[in-house]
Amino acid sequence: MTAMTARGVSVAFDGTPILTDVDLDVRPGEVVALVGPNGAGKSTLLAVLAGDVEPTTGRVTLEDRDLGAYPARELARHRAVQLQKQSLAFGFRVAEVVRMGRTPWHRTEREDDDERVIAESMERADVVELAERLFPTLSGGEQARTSFARLLAQATPVLMLDEPTAALDIRHQESLLAVASEAASAGAGVVVVLHDLSLAAAYADRICVLSHGTVRADGPPAEVLTSELLSEVYAHPVDVIEHDGNLLVVPVRVKGAVPWPAG
Amino acid sequence: MSATVVDRPRPAIRAVAGRVGLLGGLGIALLVALVFAAGHGQLDIPPSEVLGSVLHRIGIDLGPLPHHPQGENTLWQVRFPRVVMAALAGACLATAGALMQGVFGNPLAEPGIVGVSAGAAVAAATVIVFEWTFAGTWTIAICAFVGGLVTTLLVYVTSRDGGRTEVVTLVLTGIAVTAMTSAALAFLMFLGDTQAREEIVFWTLGSLNGSRWEYVGVVFPMAVAGIVAAMVLAPKLDLLALGDRAARHVGVDVERLRLSIIVVVAVLTAAAVAFCGIISFIGLVVPHLIRMIAGPGHRLLVPASALGGALLLVLADLWARTLVDYADLPIGMLTALVGGPFFFWLIRRARKTAGGWA
Repeated sequence: MTAMTARGVSVAFDGTPILTDVDLDVRPGEVVALVGPNGAGKSTLLAVLAGDVEPTTGRVTLEDRDLGAYPARELARHRAVQLQKQSLAFGFRVAEVVRMGRTPWHRTEREDDDERVIAESMERADVVELAERLFPTLSGGEQARTSFARLLAQATPVLMLDEPTAALDIRHQESLLAVASEAASAGAGVVVVLHDLSLAAAYADRICVLSHGTVRADGPPAEVLTSELLSEVYAHPVDVIEHDGNLLVVPVRVKGAVPWPAG
Repeated sequence: MSATVVDRPRPAIRAVAGRVGLLGGLGIALLVALVFAAGHGQLDIPPSEVLGSVLHRIGIDLGPLPHHPQGENTLWQVRFPRVVMAALAGACLATAGALMQGVFGNPLAEPGIVGVSAGAAVAAATVIVFEWTFAGTWTIAICAFVGGLVTTLLVYVTSRDGGRTEVVTLVLTGIAVTAMTSAALAFLMFLGDTQAREEIVFWTLGSLNGSRWEYVGVVFPMAVAGIVAAMVLAPKLDLLALGDRAARHVGVDVERLRLSIIVVVAVLTAAAVAFCGIISFIGLVVPHLIRMIAGPGHRLLVPASALGGALLLVLADLWARTLVDYADLPIGMLTALVGGPFFFWLIRRARKTAGGWA
């Protein structure tokens, strides 16, 4: 059984193809990392999976039902999304923002869990001490952690995160992905867009490499993260090193590759 | 972890207490203001006699009746419809302001500033000039609603881009809408006879002079319907603050919510504009003050704005008719006189916080 399935998904904006014939499965219990160079279509693919963008062709199903068949509220009980950019129009407090993640469960029996889930989510995202702060006054990383807490509070079987670690320091990058993979161990299907390939190698069960809107590789990190493939996809020489049982992906640094024009 | 759980009920109780306190305080202040404003004017009637008159009318023989021979008449024919109308119009405008700010995700949105009131006024002026009476007293209200709805949709469609409304775009849209509505009003004044012209001028200035019970009878159901609908929609407005995409991710049908709110804004604005003309800035000032006191949560913001708007307009109207002896100043002028500087202050503050709206 899969949590989410995309089959033959293509998206074009104004005639420009962004995604071409993409297949992707997200199974319960696994973390799938979407990686690839800028403009490869990672965020668009996530938007399609989240139901924000209607694919031009192809089909997306969530728990064996067409994504389009879900009303907004029911969809919100199945998948939670953390966007790349956080914004908030008014000065809500962090605790209030996290609580917003519980709205899909209002007037259901799971509403009784609200306080416990909110407290746990804030603990996991390390925003407990920010609870009374105003969201717009937080730093980018703190806002990202608050949004992560909101996503956890939604307590859905599918979690989608678009570059959640971009604004975070090393400690919070690690803890966020550790929490995401714990959620997967507890049965959730997690899709996460990442730029840091070493992070992807450490936390993802499966990595899907996108390039120019198509899937170039899809499999366990050790199979997918090879020097040849990455060098080609990123159009830059890349080394993959094993260190303490972890795969490290590092760019090969060529000094003076493009000489600065003299004078 | 356990500490968080133990601490939990306290803020909840405090929130409920704060909510009851704010709404109760505003409610009591509004009642006091209503009694005081009804007694005040060219013929002064002490608050005890105002209360006595009301109590006798509802069948409780308590308190003194107005001792002045014209007192009872003045109260029931002139003052009560006027103060009630002021309260209703104020409540409608402030609620409409709170809703618009929520749906635009922008604290500068207000029916007066973006031209919704003007749009409604154009429709109302059309009714006056062409002497339409297809729906009796309701004609003006219905046309004002249609005018308000069309302008709100216009502003909404033109000023939104990528799910956000930039302050600049919104204000520019307001300028464009105001230009068109002033042209339409000018044309209607050109078409109309002297009496229609005078009425239109009265509209653009805004005044509660000449409020009658039959007008209150039209405005009251619209105000109640609008405010109740606003309170039903309020919790979802909080989520809209996350932005369109994120609001959808937590289960809001964004398009439907927006459309419902635009209709409610048009109902509320039409209710306020139909008989009182353009009274600006109430919808801007009141929700801002409430947000400063109680935070941005719409569950409290919407009802508190309704009460606060009613209170503010009752007091503003009292001021308008007692400031100069034997003169009834246009209330729209007064609210703009106070609201304008407030708007300046908001713009400055917005620039300082670089868009981080409180």
